[in-house]
Amino acid sequence: MRDILLQGFLRSPLTEPRPAADDSELAALSAQLKRGVDKTFGRSLAIRHVDAGSCNACELEIHALNNPFYDLERFGLKFVASPRHADVLLVTGPVTRNMREALERTYAATPAPKWVVASGACAIDGGFYRESYACVGAAADVIPVDLHIPGCPPEPIMLVKGLLALLCPEPANLSILTVPHPS
Amino acid sequence: MPTLSEIRDPFPEMDCRPWPRRLIAAPAWRALVEKLAAGELSLLGLWGEAACVHMAVLEPSPYSVVVASLAAEDGGFPSVGRRHPPAIRLERAIHDLFGLRAVDALDDRPWLDHGRWPVRAPLGAKIPALASPPAYAFLPSVGQGLSQIPVGPVHAGIIEPGHFRFTTGGETLVRLEARLGYTHKGVEGLMAGATLDHAAKLAARCSGDSTVAYSLAFAQAVEAAQGLAPPPRAVWIRALMAELERIANHLGDFGAICNDAAFALMLAHCSVLREHVLRACASCFGHRLMMDAIVPGGVRVDGAEHAEIILRGLVATIRLALPQLAALYDNTASLQDRTVGAGILKPELARRFACGGFVGRASGRSFDARRDLAYAPYDKLSFDVPVLQEGDVNARVWIRIREIEQSLCLIDQILTETPSGDSYAETATPQAGEGLAIVEGFRGDILVWTRVGSDGAVERCHLRDPSWFQWPLLEAVVEGNIVADFPLCNKSFNCSYSGHDL
Ligand code: SF4
Repeated sequence: MRDILLQGFLRSPLTEPRPAADDSELAALSAQLKRGVDKTFGRSLAIRHVDAGSCNACELEIHALNNPFYDLERFGLKFVASPRHADVLLVTGPVTRNMREALERTYAATPAPKWVVASGACAIDGGFYRESYACVGAAADVIPVDLHIPGCPPEPIMLVKGLLALLCPEPANLSILTVPHPS
Repeated sequence: MPTLSEIRDPFPEMDCRPWPRRLIAAPAWRALVEKLAAGELSLLGLWGEAACVHMAVLEPSPYSVVVASLAAEDGGFPSVGRRHPPAIRLERAIHDLFGLRAVDALDDRPWLDHGRWPVRAPLGAKIPALASPPAYAFLPSVGQGLSQIPVGPVHAGIIEPGHFRFTTGGETLVRLEARLGYTHKGVEGLMAGATLDHAAKLAARCSGDSTVAYSLAFAQAVEAAQGLAPPPRAVWIRALMAELERIANHLGDFGAICNDAAFALMLAHCSVLREHVLRACASCFGHRLMMDAIVPGGVRVDGAEHAEIILRGLVATIRLALPQLAALYDNTASLQDRTVGAGILKPELARRFACGGFVGRASGRSFDARRDLAYAPYDKLSFDVPVLQEGDVNARVWIRIREIEQSLCLIDQILTETPSGDSYAETATPQAGEGLAIVEGFRGDILVWTRVGSDGAVERCHLRDPSWFQWPLLEAVVEGNIVADFPLCNKSFNCSYSGHDL
């Protein structure tokens, strides 16, 4: 273990730089937002992920957000275990009929003010499953959605941009993210 | 008891490739069930259609596959699960989707149908749904001082939805009953009538972590149905992708299992290696998970020009790091204390359920479709199939480590031996036919059976995830363990919800 820890010290960090303020995808996501997170919320958000019937690839990429490359927590964004602790619900999947009630109840259990991010083609409009007897379709058909992050699945860097857009709806405000970044 | 050839020969053979399908009668069906119950055959799959049921079984030494079909009489068929429990949930699913009843079944509760769909038997008689969903009858647990912990469908972590009903006596788990079906998306319903292109996309999304394996199984089944062979180069590139997928998932699991034993350092290191794999896949094949790269007819992406350099570099990186991490795992007493002896799956149960992948191989079941059904190009590659007998969480970790090493060797061989040429061949005229494929995904053997119409569209497609034969065993494995070890046992199984619920 000592060797591995020592190597970690000596090696330069793997973490990616945060997306630049003029990033076009970030700007597009911000423009889409009707309602960003209030400044009074500070710079930190607690996220609760809800799988509403995804194929599980969306989850794999959400997991990647916690790896040392993306290290989401450096932006003040962290995943929590209960909707009662959450500011943001990150919804994936085409809302299967078997999951609809669970999604509604999770939303109801999240204290206001709260934001909902629909992540991935399925959550945006039902994706490939739109026509199925077993699916409702868009997450927005079930609960109010504030932001859509496109992709199948959205790549981690896209998820980072989406969540940053939520945190600072004006791209120019990205500079408030005074996150030290290893250069 | 009749021999298998007696079951085979008198019955008409349907044109299913590469393994013919026999239309058998009820006595022969029962005889097959007895052979399953006696352990002479393993169950590979049991699925329905509007008016009949199909069963695929595996015959050992040498391995061969037998597919049998039985016409449903009065909407029913003789239960397989009554004599051979691995079939129970499959029968419940057949009832939910097609309305066909397993006669004399031990368990006739619904499984995928939670009473929320607009119709019952959506792929069969399409009966209007009941006005309100009936309550699900969990199995009773009676005893002094027992308590219940209901968990899910929304879990605490970033994972798929499912419900677990724990019964505990103090800290010890007395019974676990899972209720699944929450992610049922109606994939087989959407497949019926879909074009091959569209159906391939649906197949790729049955279980996102196995997208390559599912695409491969679907492509092989369609090619078998249509009597076509993909270009040789495509076959090799497919195997390359399949091994990359296996490595990425095993690395993710290795880290996540250790993390569930509160050893976060391993997760950090494994997730870095996993990210390296996904980035290499993105540079070589245009998608981090290689989704939609494999299609009937070949592969959509041939691999970037510099793919060989990138992948050789990746193999070297993992070869350097993995032994260090394996040693760290082996030398960390606090970690071993959690994994050794936890969640033991008895070899007998693994055999009975024909449980595939690392779960089966950690419990003495030496079956790997790559070796034992030897589909191309694995017939030309040399590799070992690691097997352990202990069946605990530790054994499932070691099988993964050993399989990563084997996959690295396979990638070396594939990079050296892949022929040049085309990697995709357009189908000239659509052919009707029926095909079956069994492919080794990272979590075990995936079965895909499909019938393609003369218009080139899918008439019916069934996809069976390895998790069908692993989920029930998780319930057996956790018995007698403490509640706090459930996440560890569960992660070491890492069953798919989406692949199972479909
Ligand atoms: S958006 Fe794509 S990756 Fe995400 S759940 Fe849907 S099909 Fe899977």
